[in-house]
Amino acid sequence: MLFAQIRPAILSFILLTIVTGILYPLLVTGIAQTVFHKQAEGSLIVQDGKVLGSSLIGQNFDDPKYFWGRISATSPVYNASSSTGSNLGPLNPALMDEVKGRISALKAADPNNTNLIPVDLVTSSGSGLDPHISLAAAYYQIPRIARVRGLRQEQIKTIVGQHTHGRLLWVLGEPVINVLELNLALDGLHS
Amino acid sequence: MSHNDFIQMGIYLVVLLLAVKPLGIYMAYVYEGKPAGLNIWLSGLERWIYRICGVKPEKGMTWKEYAIALLVFNILGILMVYAIQRLQAFLPLNPMAMAAVSPDSSFNTAVSFATNTNWQGYSGESTTSYLTQMLALAKQNFSSAATGMAVLAALIRGFIQKQMNTIGNFWVDLVRTVLYILLPLSIIFALILVSQGVPQTFSPSAKATLVQATKDSNGKPMTEQDIALGPVASQIAIKQLGTNGGGYYNANSAHPYENSTPLSNFLEMIAILLIPAALCYTFGVMVRDRRQGWALLAAMLVIFIPCLWASITIEQKGNPLFDKLGVDQRATAYQPGGNMEGKEARFGVVSSAIWSVATTSASNGSVNSMHDSYMPLGGLIPMWLIQLGEVIFGGVGSGLYGMIAFVIVAVFVAGLMIGRTPEYLGKKIEAFEMKMASLMALIPHIFVLIPTAIAVLTVAGKAGISNPGPHGFSEILYGFSSAGNNNGSAFAGLNANTVFYNTALGVSMFFARYWLMIPALAIAGSLSAKKIVPTTQGTLPTHTPLFVFFLAMVILIVGALAFFPALALGPMVEHLILRSFDFTQDQTLSIVECVRLHSGLTLSEVEGLMI
Repeated sequence: MLFAQIRPAILSFILLTIVTGILYPLLVTGIAQTVFHKQAEGSLIVQDGKVLGSSLIGQNFDDPKYFWGRISATSPVYNASSSTGSNLGPLNPALMDEVKGRISALKAADPNNTNLIPVDLVTSSGSGLDPHISLAAAYYQIPRIARVRGLRQEQIKTIVGQHTHGRLLWVLGEPVINVLELNLALDGLHS
Repeated sequence: MSHNDFIQMGIYLVVLLLAVKPLGIYMAYVYEGKPAGLNIWLSGLERWIYRICGVKPEKGMTWKEYAIALLVFNILGILMVYAIQRLQAFLPLNPMAMAAVSPDSSFNTAVSFATNTNWQGYSGESTTSYLTQMLALAKQNFSSAATGMAVLAALIRGFIQKQMNTIGNFWVDLVRTVLYILLPLSIIFALILVSQGVPQTFSPSAKATLVQATKDSNGKPMTEQDIALGPVASQIAIKQLGTNGGGYYNANSAHPYENSTPLSNFLEMIAILLIPAALCYTFGVMVRDRRQGWALLAAMLVIFIPCLWASITIEQKGNPLFDKLGVDQRATAYQPGGNMEGKEARFGVVSSAIWSVATTSASNGSVNSMHDSYMPLGGLIPMWLIQLGEVIFGGVGSGLYGMIAFVIVAVFVAGLMIGRTPEYLGKKIEAFEMKMASLMALIPHIFVLIPTAIAVLTVAGKAGISNPGPHGFSEILYGFSSAGNNNGSAFAGLNANTVFYNTALGVSMFFARYWLMIPALAIAGSLSAKKIVPTTQGTLPTHTPLFVFFLAMVILIVGALAFFPALALGPMVEHLILRSFDFTQDQTLSIVECVRLHSGLTLSEVEGLMI
């Protein structure tokens, strides 16, 4: 009974391995590279022949002249070769330290801002590479950036508006702003 | 819950249910060998495969032959995945020069991907070569899913056939599942994912020049970002469709390269439940009574929908500890609000909470947010859904054959109540079926609770904990619940890439899979040999709302009673601690002092509880 199944087992194993482990990924790669080349290569942002990042992968910003993103739990921060969340439990004192640390950094960079701080700005993302923040988190930072860059708040609001991605069909997901793209647009204003 | 929460949840359920009937009928035709498009066009290829492999497709197998064929095929998978990981440094398609994986991690991953658990002790992008991802892991995603679906097809035949000693041919069920169901769905889905930004390339990591230079952990300036790429989309498509859940990246579907947009997220969530839900309909078609399929699906939804609602509500309330720090957690038009720790901005609370419930009711185990950082009760729901035995949708095939075991238990209990011989679909349920069904309901409990007890009593077990207090216990309990029910998600703070956890979790996964499949096949064999008794006035109808409710209660009582004490020690205690902190007006008190104030325990007792 056992031996009768050995030959079909080995041969079907080899055939299915070739079909699902080799032909399938090759076929998908072939079509994807032809039809969606930019996405298949990681949606990279290239300016003047230089790769500045990916529109899907966040970067670390802590300079007051830039919009800041989510806290990243990777080591070092925003390490795109080693994604991870903080995995801190809701009662873990380390979580409170992390939140308090971000709050004091935000206050230090903008002491006059008395608004409540949007929660996504003081918590770490699931991947450690979140490229987005909420609209509230962007608006919270506008006064600081306007002051540091010597721009009017209206000017920055316009750029934030231009970079807002709404919900899919007004329903699915959450409205967000891509931090890297927004900061590149800010830098573009001066040049 | 806001309007949008309800609408997102509603759209998800409606789209899922709309897909159930067409896909369900298609799969029934595939298993019955009736013409259904693809299986005509590719029939030449199918016959060629049988000829090469020496398979006689028309020749049925007894349940023992079927089980042996299945086990030999699965053991080959375990051996190959182990070997490829150990040898990947010498094999092609390794542009990032990944070294050999350690023996214990290789063992764990090999078992994990053969058993459709897809627990990941390793971190994908920094451990495995492109070849390992494709040839070992993606391939096993197909094989393990197809194995589960084959067992289901055999079990359904047990109900249809009269006085036969065979239950179908494993090789035929396997090949048809891969060729006609899993492959075409995966190809289409993978290409949609690439269009949304999921990479599919053999290029090495991309190097980007950072816009703002930063410092690494040693304080050295850093100006570059290495962005890990690879053949991601082809892997993600099947990991979602086949209830596998093992990600290309460590952060799984929270990673923007695995799940880039609200559209990719929505489709990935649909893919989690698509096949398990549609198989209920397949069951109805094959047993010639579609109401029976709807009844099983309804029993699943009776448990699923309240969990969805509860999870969204709990996570949307946020963490009360943050309120005292001047943090805004309200949901507005400008932010999702709620408990955002471990969640991605583009998904917010609603899409994350729906995912957490879907991925744990199905034995998928992929995550788009970190369950470890959920509120205590928000984390209890996924853990408890896993502990119910992965029958609320469950794994592809395995969820429904697990559900049918619970149906057998339910008709038996009902039979005792009304004093009649229990029957299901015209087959008499006797001592043998009842014994096998009980094994299927109880074996996972053993492989969850006993290893959890061992882990909390040993130094090696406790070394894996990353969060203090009851949450640390929850991490271990979640880990073994996940392995002992072949789910694969985690409270990922648990450092499980150690010899102890790799071995203990590997053993749990192995037995939880195959010790359930063998009784399922035994039931198939036994039922197949029986006559079909005609329906009479005294037959218990199994498609009525009453039976649906009764079945859901049987599942809840078996699951809830077995795990209530363990859950009380973890997430429930944690929730009470949080509440005591929430009720305290004096904001200068620490958590320990709050708990002491409200519990009447001494300071040292509270500290013992918290650490």
